[in-house]
Amino acid sequence: MSAIIRMEGVSFSYNSDDPQQTQALQGVSLSIEPGEFVAIVGRNGSGKSTLAKHINAILTPTSGEVWVDGISTKDTDSVFAIRQIAGMVFQNPDNQIVATIVEEDVAFGPENLGIPSDEIRRRIDEALSLVRMSDYALHPPHLLSGGQKQRVAIAGVLAMHPKILILDESTAMLDPLGRQEVMETALRLNRERGMTVVLITHHMDEAVRAERVIVLDRGRVVLDGSTREVFSQVDLLRQLGLDVPQVTSLAQLLREQGLNLQPDVLTVGEMVEQLCQLL
Amino acid sequence: MSILKNVTIGQYYPGDSVVHRLDPRTKLVLSFAFIIVLFLVNGFLPYLWLAALVMVVAQIARVPLKIMLRGLSPLKFIIALTFLLHLFTTRGGTVLWQLGFLRIESNGLAQGAFLAFRLILLVVATSLLTLTTSPIALTDGLERILSPGARFGLPAHELAMMMTIALRFIPTLIEEADKIMRAQLARGADFESGGLIKRAKSLLPLLVPLFVSAFRRADELAMAMEARAYRGGKHRTRLKVLKYTAKDFWAYFLAALAFGIAYFLGRWV
Ligand SMILES: Nc1ncnc2c1ncn2[C@@H]1O[C@H](COP(=O)(O)OP(=O)(O)OP(=O)(O)O)[C@@H](O)[C@H]1O
Ligand SMILES: [Mg+2]
Repeated sequence: MSAIIRMEGVSFSYNSDDPQQTQALQGVSLSIEPGEFVAIVGRNGSGKSTLAKHINAILTPTSGEVWVDGISTKDTDSVFAIRQIAGMVFQNPDNQIVATIVEEDVAFGPENLGIPSDEIRRRIDEALSLVRMSDYALHPPHLLSGGQKQRVAIAGVLAMHPKILILDESTAMLDPLGRQEVMETALRLNRERGMTVVLITHHMDEAVRAERVIVLDRGRVVLDGSTREVFSQVDLLRQLGLDVPQVTSLAQLLREQGLNLQPDVLTVGEMVEQLCQLL
Repeated sequence: MSILKNVTIGQYYPGDSVVHRLDPRTKLVLSFAFIIVLFLVNGFLPYLWLAALVMVVAQIARVPLKIMLRGLSPLKFIIALTFLLHLFTTRGGTVLWQLGFLRIESNGLAQGAFLAFRLILLVVATSLLTLTTSPIALTDGLERILSPGARFGLPAHELAMMMTIALRFIPTLIEEADKIMRAQLARGADFESGGLIKRAKSLLPLLVPLFVSAFRRADELAMAMEARAYRGGKHRTRLKVLKYTAKDFWAYFLAALAFGIAYFLGRWV
């Protein structure tokens, strides 16, 4: 069992007294390997956040089971071990920073884990340099930009030495520059550190940068495959109320106009290449 | 330009003096002891001695007098009231001044001046504490001082965590209040004219959204703290471990000496 995240028939309903009520997750099964960069997309209310909260044992399944690095989230003694392995960054940067100084905030997770003080110090320096925020160690967080705050939040998670980084719409409240900063940080951690990244997003231009995309709809997994496979299903995605990447959508329009383009163009670079071949 | 820009919290005056570098516990304990001494001893002479003491510490901390006295301005009304109340009501000694039923007697003057002096010393000494200790150090110190009480059910860690979170969110909430206020000003709201009741009423549309958002923030923050393996004060370590050093022992020693002298001055002189 090498998967770092494994879900088997996971169903979850927020109101357990009333099982007939629509479930936020319905029989979700999936497995994610160490080092994968997975994007999860789906329209509002499709269950993305609910799924994410199952990975770090904030929620436990009503039925089915979740294993994180081989530990079942049902095992109540391992809750804190799981939260150390799977770190989560939320949407609103203002509502997840606890302390009044950047480095104190980064220290919060390790402090909760009972790490000795000099080791916490080392981890802060390491985490802040990984997100390129070392210069701001002594700043009050409320004076930082949105992108910087989110990078501090990521550092706060990294200082716990997790194996999985979950970003639940962590770019949603940021301007394009801030989004870029956060995306670059996540990609770099995945490439250079082999961190498993689960990226939840509404921006298809971000999802395109993952290796694999999982599409949720009404609590079910409807598509799960390589980014190219998933985004070539333009019509299905549209039907599910999702955008497709701008380039893919342009390629489809051009195909309708009779141009001989591949259906799975994802990036501007690929588009340029294909157009050049046509000329 | 921000409407609420003048609101500041804490009044830390950063520096690198010995006073700044004392352990926050030392400063908390000694400030508290100072207040007790202030209430234990009577007489102008010991008070002059204590005032001199505060001035010397402020000198060492290199906190300008102007900044020290700034802490008094919100309380000047109360201090004046204390003075006037005692001036006109305390009886005894010779009559100094009389007009109709208003009369000032010498004991009243002495008592009024003395109590005003006490209040001023109280405020100046506690502002010296907050001027030379950062809010984080203060909460850390408080948590450590109170932590023996945890065995008897005193929520030391929780109190400190509440203070930290309050300090963290006050600027955020001020910013938000500012935004809401401006949005409503743009729609013709008026926060500044009218009587007290009218102004209080005009604040209602500000407070309601502010409260709603504060609750949402609290909810999300609790979730984020849980996700970072927070489980209260148990098993928790700290980045900054408080440690007493030689200067703290000197501070305790000198303070004990100074307080002893104050007591002696009040008793026998
Ligand atoms: N705390 C809650 N209590 C009750 N129902 C909830 C709660 N949180 C979410 N739900 C419901 O569960 C379903 C899935 O919600 P979830 O937040 O997982 O969706 P999402 O895909 O993250 O949506 P979004 O894109 O808006 O963040 C929705 O129908 C939602 O109304
Ligand atoms: Mg969500």
